[in-house]
Amino acid sequence: MTAPSEPTRAAPTEGSPGMIGKAKDWIDYRMPIFSFMEHELHEYPTPKNLNYWWNFGSLAGIILVIMIATGIVLAMNYTPHIDHAFNSVERIMRDVNYGWLIRYIHMNGASMFFLVVYIHIFRGLYFGSYKPPRELLWWLGIVILLLMMMTAFMGYVLPWGQMSFWGATVITNLFSAIPWVGDAIVTWLWGGFAVDNPTLQRFFSLHYLLPFVIVGVVVLHLWALHVHGSNNPLGIDRKSEKDSIPFHPYYTIKDLYGLGVFLIFYMAIVFFAPNALGEPDNYIPANPLVTPAHIVPEWYLLPFYAILRSITFDIWFIEAKLLGVIAMFASIFILFLLPWLDFSKVRSARFRPIYKQLFWVFLVDCILLGLVGAKAPNDKVFPGIDNFEYVQLGQITTAYYFFHFLILMPLLAKFEPTRPLPESISEPVLGNRAEAGE
Amino acid sequence: MSHSAEDTDPGLPAGDDGETRRDFLTLATAALGVGGAALAVWPLIDSMNPAADTLALSTIEVDVKGVKPGQRITVKWRGKPVFIDHRTPEQIEKAQADDAAGLPDPQADKDRVKKPEWLVLVGVCTHLGCVPLGQKPSQPRGEFGGWFCPCHGSHYDFSGRIRKGPAPTNLEVPQYQFLNETTLRIG
Amino acid sequence: MKNIKALLAVSAIALAAGAVTVSSLSAATAPKPKAQDWSFQGLFGTFDRASLQRGFQVYKNVCAGCHGLKHVAYRNLAALGYTEDQVKAFAAEVEVQDGPNDNGEMYARKGKPSDRFKSPFPNEQAARAANNGAYPPDLSVITKARLNGIDYMYALLTTYKEEPPKGMKMPEGMFYNEAFAGQQIAMVPPLAPDAVQYQDGTKATVPQMAKDVTTFLAWAAEPELEERKSMGRAVIIFLVVLTAFLYALKRKIWSDLH
Repeated sequence: MTAPSEPTRAAPTEGSPGMIGKAKDWIDYRMPIFSFMEHELHEYPTPKNLNYWWNFGSLAGIILVIMIATGIVLAMNYTPHIDHAFNSVERIMRDVNYGWLIRYIHMNGASMFFLVVYIHIFRGLYFGSYKPPRELLWWLGIVILLLMMMTAFMGYVLPWGQMSFWGATVITNLFSAIPWVGDAIVTWLWGGFAVDNPTLQRFFSLHYLLPFVIVGVVVLHLWALHVHGSNNPLGIDRKSEKDSIPFHPYYTIKDLYGLGVFLIFYMAIVFFAPNALGEPDNYIPANPLVTPAHIVPEWYLLPFYAILRSITFDIWFIEAKLLGVIAMFASIFILFLLPWLDFSKVRSARFRPIYKQLFWVFLVDCILLGLVGAKAPNDKVFPGIDNFEYVQLGQITTAYYFFHFLILMPLLAKFEPTRPLPESISEPVLGNRAEAGE
Repeated sequence: MSHSAEDTDPGLPAGDDGETRRDFLTLATAALGVGGAALAVWPLIDSMNPAADTLALSTIEVDVKGVKPGQRITVKWRGKPVFIDHRTPEQIEKAQADDAAGLPDPQADKDRVKKPEWLVLVGVCTHLGCVPLGQKPSQPRGEFGGWFCPCHGSHYDFSGRIRKGPAPTNLEVPQYQFLNETTLRIG
Repeated sequence: MKNIKALLAVSAIALAAGAVTVSSLSAATAPKPKAQDWSFQGLFGTFDRASLQRGFQVYKNVCAGCHGLKHVAYRNLAALGYTEDQVKAFAAEVEVQDGPNDNGEMYARKGKPSDRFKSPFPNEQAARAANNGAYPPDLSVITKARLNGIDYMYALLTTYKEEPPKGMKMPEGMFYNEAFAGQQIAMVPPLAPDAVQYQDGTKATVPQMAKDVTTFLAWAAEPELEERKSMGRAVIIFLVVLTAFLYALKRKIWSDLH
């Protein structure tokens, strides 16, 4: 679309036909909401070569809506009090109309949200979506991830089962590692001297608030996205109109088709294995006097939990406990630096033969970290080998996690021989399809 | 190789057969999608209706054996007070005689009771929802001996009918039945 | 090449998932219970009503002495196939405290269908005091609160042994049970042959009673199970059809691009 020579907000001279058309024109002249939607959702030029990995952003947005909708009605029946929380959840499951359905959708929706967002993030890593000019877009995404983690953690506390209580205890205790003020901060977080009723009530309040903050950051994320548009599997900029197609109907229908496939998967879990992703211990009411044998977070936090537990040694005067906390937060915050750690001009891994291999190594490393997070630290990795425990595997995988970002990425950016980039998006799409098979 | 997106408006005919097929597909898919979304919203809406435990408490059984003539008791039903009045013969007589008086909301006393000596009413003023006074002997019962709403001065008679004041209708009679001589099931 | 990598990553995920399951098991130190056949498993599973009623009888006559079922209401028993009058009669067997009345006093009354199951002890301390310090847990969600909870319940009830294996000493008041974590359980073996007299004439063997009461407890934990599965079947079929239409439409819309 070329720049319009007339001001976009000129009074409609021809006018759209019909009552509805007139009403639209009337509103649009005063607040150009329809022009905006036309521009950002319909015409919005999108690379024509996006593959299905690009479905996961809109999927995440839809899950956010599902989570908020189900969460609001759950909150109508939930009681944030240590004496009633567990019972009120059971009442939702038994007595509230469709309460079991709404809760199972919400409970498993958290897992689905993280699954989809992790795929979205790894897509960004593979195709270099964090590189200029999309650094702010990437940053906003990391902020969303952090907010999601906080929201999910506090939501998990609400049913007030054993894992709720002990998860809250362990995670809030992390802050006690901060020198001098740690204990004061933990007491402040708790509103008491242990995780107790004040803690539950503030977690409920924040669990209700944060999703709307996420919505706000999502709007910024989309804003930043729409300035330069989507990256694409080739990682090269759109050069001509031939490289683009309008978002609607091409990507609306593609996103909807992806949504259909995803919902089949999601609903199969909700209806046929609703507790498969959860811990049985959370159906035991919270008991401050008995700790479960094995405290684990939900699967989506396991890699970070593994990094936290991997630092078992003091460095100089800094205690292991504090180092673990620092390492855990650093593992997320390092993502903010990624656009500068990986300064290679080539975005897509398709043209970076070495990075392409290392991407998969990194993915496996993250999965192994998740595995370590689920295990007791002193379990043996291999049944026959006595001196290789999960804590050691955790240390190796944690070290590699940071090695990947801090050492490999800058080295690759400087020395990796990249493959030649295609002229334009439309050229390889039309020319190479037969040989590349993509 | 064909045209780029700019010269192909997907809404324009692309040959007759293709156009019909897409129209049908679009309509059918949209219908399915919208129908499915509407069905999916229903559980969220229905979850706000009374839950099973609330419904289980929506009928109550009351034993009125100990209530003497002239005595009134209040029971809680569906979150509201229900007045049960064991009327004396004089009160019944007065209530029936007033059928002919100029009533704002005309209704015969016999249509408001199952047994003349037992009057059962929802104790909520039909004006703005206050609870009328008159259940305790010490409370004012208004000019007609029944109940008196202190909020805006509505007077009810021995049959719970509005006689004076702003309330538009008589006190509501809930659904109830006598399970036996002295046991009432309300709801 | 790329596909091989993807395959690698997927198998790593599968491996991790598998290992996680195994790890949770070893952490609890309870052996994986033997899998049994249950009528309510699978996509089309439903509860066997006769077994539910027998299981309720076992719960009422055996378990209820120590274990509560406080999230279940007597009115819920209608789902087991009992009539309204039978439900009322079950509820009326207990006395519950209600009140305060007009004089400010609490009073006892017969249970009503709207009441939830009365727990045998007023609080955890009383329960512990009456059971040598051990706490008989409430059974409302017990099959969801244990790993492989349904098979675990059955195994727990059927693997008591008179004598512990050689070299293992049982402390006073503890019993040897193969399914329980640590193999020492404070619960007295609850089931003995003919511990209940089944109303439908079924012979009350220990495995039979264990099976019935486990079925009943599975229902108590997931009373929505049948509705969930039938609704789930409809939802999945609908989504498959909708997705097929979306796919066809996507093909059609994209066809004019190439």
